[in-house]
Amino acid sequence: MLAKIYITLKKDVLDPQGSVIANSLKSLGFNNIEDVRQGKFIEVKLNTENKETANKQLNEMCEKLLANLVIEDYKVEID
Amino acid sequence: MKSHVIVFPGSNCDRDVAVAIKNISGHQPQMVWHKESSINQSDLIVVPGGFSYGDYLRCGAMASTSPIMQDVVKKAKEGVPVLGICNGFQILIESGLLDGALMRNSSLSFICRDILIKPKNQSSVFTKKTQVAKMPIAHNEGNFFVTSEQLKKIQDNDQIAFQYCDENGNVSEHSNPNGSLENIAGILNENKNVLGMMPHPERAAELAHGCEDGKTIFESILN
Repeated sequence: MLAKIYITLKKDVLDPQGSVIANSLKSLGFNNIEDVRQGKFIEVKLNTENKETANKQLNEMCEKLLANLVIEDYKVEID
Repeated sequence: MKSHVIVFPGSNCDRDVAVAIKNISGHQPQMVWHKESSINQSDLIVVPGGFSYGDYLRCGAMASTSPIMQDVVKKAKEGVPVLGICNGFQILIESGLLDGALMRNSSLSFICRDILIKPKNQSSVFTKKTQVAKMPIAHNEGNFFVTSEQLKKIQDNDQIAFQYCDENGNVSEHSNPNGSLENIAGILNENKNVLGMMPHPERAAELAHGCEDGKTIFESILN
């Protein structure tokens, strides 16, 4: 089973990298940019077919290590 | 006086800290490899600077899961003084011993230069002897952040150890090198026996370094 994890900065946390990327995109002519937020994408392969167990484990992984909950939110997707 | 310096793959300030401790206390600290599972009786544990595990995932995140960190957390909770410098500060945050997060510098640049700090809490075991002090910072992720609730908690509990300031001790946006909230350069845990700080006192601890202000922090703990 393949899980996809998206980690992003919380909405109220300033993302200077996102701002710089937004400016660079604007300088390339993409004038309709409102905002850019940068994050991390992690794939985790699990040898289980039980979605419920996997979901529980993946959330635990995010909370213990993969995300820093002071500044980041996470989202788990299972195929 | 028994002190210990934790060594991770990628630590690069471990020997500098050991030299500073030896020069100031007269006692040679014991170096402890991160795969060890426990530390003997200790009067000071230092988690040194560097780039543990190549800063993978987040600075300090991998090192915080090293076997030795379980015992560092246990000793810290028992009241043993623990000092984390630079990457060591990041590791202590990732271990849950200190509040907040250290984000990318607001300038998005690695900063390596001398800065000035002054203690906000002047009574902790680490901060008793320091006034306005000059020492270097060398980091990419030193931009301290906490939620507004956490900030209130650390302010009310006098946990702000050091703030970036100017020559006259004024704390302002101008003297803030990396965007840290409230110019915070170092914080303490609730019990004040754990200090994390981004500046490097061990790199300003003898005349050959060009400045000895960093000695005051070791003198405060060791004497």
